[in-house]
Amino acid sequence: MALSIKALPKKKYVLPGNAACPGCPEAIGLKYVGMALGDRAILVIPAGCTSVIQGLAPGSGLSFPIANVPFASSDAVAAGLSAAIDARGEDGVIVVWAGDGGTADIGFATLSGAAERGDNVIHVCVDNEAYMNTGIQRSSLTPYGAWTTTTWTGKREGKKEMPLIMLMHRVPYVATASIAYPTDFIEKLRRAADMKGFKYIHLHAPCPVGWRFNPSKTVEVARLAVQTGMWILFEAINGRVRISPFSLPYKDRKRRKPLEDYLKVQGRFRGIGREDIERIKSMIDDAWNTLLKFT
Amino acid sequence: MIKPLTGNYAAAWGARLARVGVVSAYPITPQTTIVEKLAEFIERGEMDARIIRVESEHSALSAAWGAALGGVRAFTATASHGLLYMHEMLWWAAGSRIPLVMAVVTRTIGPPWNIWTDHSDIMGQRDTGWLIMMSEHNQEVLDSIIQMFKISEDPKVFLPGIVGLDGFILSHTTEPVDIPDQDVVDRFLPERRQPYILKPGDPLIMGNIPSDLRDNVKMRWDIHRSQERAKGVIRDVDREWAKLTGRSYGGLVERYRCDNAKYHIIGMGAWVGDMKEAVDILRDMGYGIGLVKVRYVRPFPGEEIAETLASSKGVIVFDRSVSPGSAGPLYLDVLSHAYIHGVRVPIQNVLAGIAGIDVGYDDIIGGVTMFINALEEGRWPLPSKIQWYFGGGEWWP
Repeated sequence: MALSIKALPKKKYVLPGNAACPGCPEAIGLKYVGMALGDRAILVIPAGCTSVIQGLAPGSGLSFPIANVPFASSDAVAAGLSAAIDARGEDGVIVVWAGDGGTADIGFATLSGAAERGDNVIHVCVDNEAYMNTGIQRSSLTPYGAWTTTTWTGKREGKKEMPLIMLMHRVPYVATASIAYPTDFIEKLRRAADMKGFKYIHLHAPCPVGWRFNPSKTVEVARLAVQTGMWILFEAINGRVRISPFSLPYKDRKRRKPLEDYLKVQGRFRGIGREDIERIKSMIDDAWNTLLKFT
Repeated sequence: MIKPLTGNYAAAWGARLARVGVVSAYPITPQTTIVEKLAEFIERGEMDARIIRVESEHSALSAAWGAALGGVRAFTATASHGLLYMHEMLWWAAGSRIPLVMAVVTRTIGPPWNIWTDHSDIMGQRDTGWLIMMSEHNQEVLDSIIQMFKISEDPKVFLPGIVGLDGFILSHTTEPVDIPDQDVVDRFLPERRQPYILKPGDPLIMGNIPSDLRDNVKMRWDIHRSQERAKGVIRDVDREWAKLTGRSYGGLVERYRCDNAKYHIIGMGAWVGDMKEAVDILRDMGYGIGLVKVRYVRPFPGEEIAETLASSKGVIVFDRSVSPGSAGPLYLDVLSHAYIHGVRVPIQNVLAGIAGIDVGYDDIIGGVTMFINALEEGRWPLPSKIQWYFGGGEWWP
């Protein structure tokens, strides 16, 4: 049965007075975490934008229980918390809410360790494709061609295939999501919460500040990423990959919107040339071809 | 029940008797056999705990801290590079005021690779806010781990604690150890207490950015104040343990043959055993010498040391690590606290046993007689108040 937004709990977990920038995708994503998991969620948050979004102590702009933790520790802290919840017989869902750095770079060894052990944790990578909190530096999840403050002429390397890397850890659940598709993300969070073991959800989260677009366009940019085939929504239960309904039409490259529509709205791609665009298009085709082999 | 135990097995027994609920550790020489033994206890069902076999020491402390945040008694153990790798997490465990106990099997830090003991690793953690102690023998290791849980979980303290033991000298050396009955430990160690528990449905946030930096200062101040308060708790716990088991270690320090002593040796760790032997021999030789064994590095027993030193004619501090460009860390603390308490006495620093160089009672006698003779012949200070000992009778300067 399709999920109806109206049927979701009304309790707010992202409160007025939080310190998110206008148009922040992380604040949007956190609302959906609240809607999906409600009072069961305990968040483990490494350094990053959400460290700031929470607002200033002793107040708080988020109404989850939260452990703020150093970068490389999140999934291990979550593993410990999960063991404690289990020992104490509580009904909780431990969610690591980490950025692209906390997931794919500085946090990667810890993430890989927890995934391999099968710790009972959901890791959400809220991917804004650069180190936004320190001021837009490149990460291994910054896409090819994107301007950042450490790649002034555009990044020369492609985006690390984090979801597939996690799939190869043979964890029970891997999914991608986008802040533009709340029902899809919420359903995936709930599915993950109902499974034991390590679950990985990679949430695409366009950042108006870092990507250089109008803050009123966050959802639109996120949707364009899916519609151009640049970001593929899928889920894999026990290794079986299934393209999610919102991405299914774009399996057919002819049905994808022109990539330029996605790139044009973002200042970070302003400097790229024709050749770079062709290169990104071929990267998109490669990503689809690779992923479809697992379906 | 008296059993032959290595220092590492004594540490594992301590954690078992303390009814630890989550163990998380990563192997490193010479700590490894602690986690091996605990894994064995748990897999045999002799210990009701969960074990998280992490991929690094950084994660070992992270997971133990996570479990402790979630309300469960947690334990980890490490050494040397492992301790340095988890250094960041030590700050978070102490800063979040979550009780937790860790065994540190002291070992040198590279380069070069070297597995023998010195105190560079444990002394590098002095500023983190953890309670830090060093053991002299395997019985003290076992007893101290149980005691540390009680001290750490005391509301006057609420800080994590390290129980240190010298690599190989204790960790891999078998001694007869009295393993207390579980019911004795249960009577001694109450149900876990901690300042807060992270649990579902309770929107408590640990560690977000403070709106007023004075709150942040007060958090550091409160750690300092709790360290000061811990001194009383450590003394009380020592007395209570003595009532139950007959074993007292003196709390923060142990004074050995200090009555009527004119001169004093200060040291900590396993070689205190050799120092006691040296004191006995020196006494027989006619030297009026006593020993102050430092058990706790943090909180530092400034009062006790100053009180003992007030009547001393000369003090020699043996350090098993050095802060290059300054001096041995134990020496620096002794100097500072002597000065704070208005004690003015010649204090010599000997940097010995660094990099695991073997130091026996005869080496200690050599250093002590050199110091005392220089003092009595009016030749002190020696070429330097800070002397290095390389073993085999070789001194510098």
